Amino acid sequence: MSATLAAKQRTPVRPARVLLHTFLVVTSLAWLAPLLWALYAALRPYAETSEKGYVSWPDKLSLDNFTDAFQQSDMLHYFGNTLLIAVPAVLVTLFLSSCVAFYVSRFDFRVNLFLLLVFTAGNLLPQQVIITPLYRLYLLVDLPGITVSGKLYDSALGLVLIHVAFQSGFCAFVLSNYMRSLPHELTEAALVDGASVWRLYWQIVLPLCKPAMAALATLLSIWIYNDFFWAIVLISTGDNMPITSALNNLSGQYFTDPNLVAAGALLTAIPTLIVYFALQRQFVSGLTLGANKG
Amino acid sequence: MSSGTTTKIPQAAAEPPAGPATPKKRAPQGHRRLLTRRDRITLGLMAGVPTVLHVTLVWVTALASIALAFTSWDGIGFGSITWVGLDNFKQLFSDNPQFWPAVQHNVIWFVVLILIPTPFGLFLAVQLDKRIRFSRVYQTAFFLPVVVSLAVTGFVWQLVYNPDTGLINSLVGANEPGHYIDWIGDPDLNLWAVLVAASWRHAGYMMILYLAGLKSVDPALREASALDGANEWQTFRNVVFPTLRPTNTVVLVVTIIEALRAFDLVFVFNKGAQGTELLSILVTNNIIGESSRIGYGSAIAVVLLVISLAVIVPYLIATFRKERRA
Repeated sequence: MSATLAAKQRTPVRPARVLLHTFLVVTSLAWLAPLLWALYAALRPYAETSEKGYVSWPDKLSLDNFTDAFQQSDMLHYFGNTLLIAVPAVLVTLFLSSCVAFYVSRFDFRVNLFLLLVFTAGNLLPQQVIITPLYRLYLLVDLPGITVSGKLYDSALGLVLIHVAFQSGFCAFVLSNYMRSLPHELTEAALVDGASVWRLYWQIVLPLCKPAMAALATLLSIWIYNDFFWAIVLISTGDNMPITSALNNLSGQYFTDPNLVAAGALLTAIPTLIVYFALQRQFVSGLTLGANKG
Repeated sequence: MSSGTTTKIPQAAAEPPAGPATPKKRAPQGHRRLLTRRDRITLGLMAGVPTVLHVTLVWVTALASIALAFTSWDGIGFGSITWVGLDNFKQLFSDNPQFWPAVQHNVIWFVVLILIPTPFGLFLAVQLDKRIRFSRVYQTAFFLPVVVSLAVTGFVWQLVYNPDTGLINSLVGANEPGHYIDWIGDPDLNLWAVLVAASWRHAGYMMILYLAGLKSVDPALREASALDGANEWQTFRNVVFPTLRPTNTVVLVVTIIEALRAFDLVFVFNKGAQGTELLSILVTNNIIGESSRIGYGSAIAVVLLVISLAVIVPYLIATFRKERRA
């Protein structure tokens, strides 16, 4: 390491660095441009932009579009729907996939490799491959009294189940890699001392997996929150839709001006941005753990 | 197809001789003797419940898709299911005006993603890996499109592409009637327009994957090559890039799968109308559209399945073989 630093001090790197930073600043701004453009449009009243055009200096900037979009589209309601789906889905996925990972990585059963393969391959399938029978299956399953629709179809439960089933493939793979790296002596000693398998999992292995779990929780929240496809197909009542797919309906139903749509879209993006900024540090390491996500 | 894989893997896995793995193997044998009946039940449930859920909702449905592809079914009652053999596929390959364009668009989607945003993401990752100041700020700027949902991305890019009010047309003065450039409606343009948005997102995704990969490159290797007098490009080409091989495999698989899964962006953009057809959109339209042609939709899904398995299976075999040896 010291050799690199010494080499760097010797060679004149300054101009190269300036060039690099200039390049990165310019490209970053270009990268953010579409989002900044949406923000700019969202901050301006429709009347002004329709009169002066969108590429023009603003007379007035306000948050009116954001408050309007929030109220007119009943956004709180859809955020609620998403919460009802995403929170259980993330928690159950983490729990079940850590169980599988524990089974696969801490014991030497003959089915282990096969099991892990089934989970990993399942997660790589395009969703459209399974959607037709799944849609039919969801229509078939009667759950009177358990879900509002009386079926698995058009219910939060149905979405939670498919998220758990699908995402547990990826999480089981990552967690099993992580658990395999924990020293074997740890669990062996406890087992010899007569600890139950459950205790081994719950009190020894799981606490050690905290970093991996945190990274996965971040990724899962972002993926599940952003889901569009499952909700579009498996939810029929607009009222039951999570926020991302509801936005698709709302833009046609309520919004007649692009400024409001921009505000609505940006509002929708806020929760994942918060999650990302809060847990940013875990992101790269989270992907290092096993980045095979499609 | 999938049953073929499932039987192949354990055999392949059982192949390597137990030589180096013996000391490791003996311990778990002891493990097993220590397990009580209750432990066995606990373990059974821990592995069983998630497996049943995953297999039922993912693998059984995938197999059902294959079965349904050989039938004709309007979805009303099981009595109306009739076996039609290869008819759906015949029709698909010869009659459907949207099928071949969709296949072609999926291929274009992959080619564009792998040729433009992927190398660019690698380039960004290499630059950001140099321990420069504000690295995290730049990283965030490029990764933000991945955090924001594809549906939201679709809306944001509509503001850029809108013929009347969009950014591009306003800037180039094509927003007057008669001078419109119709980025969304023109079948010769709209696929490329969507691909710009898709690439915008993909570059950030690839950057993060490569950043993660670069973290595992041994610094000693770089030092050695610097001491040998290699310049930056030589070091990258001959030292860093070869060590990124595992990441490259993941990137390739992810990109192919992304190209096959592409859906949200196009669905929000123009519902996969003329010029932007994709296999995923065709499947979806066949089940949530009015014409409920389940067998036909399933046949398209099977095409998608076969293409994806052609990628997934070799990838998994390679990955798990390595794991078994390690």
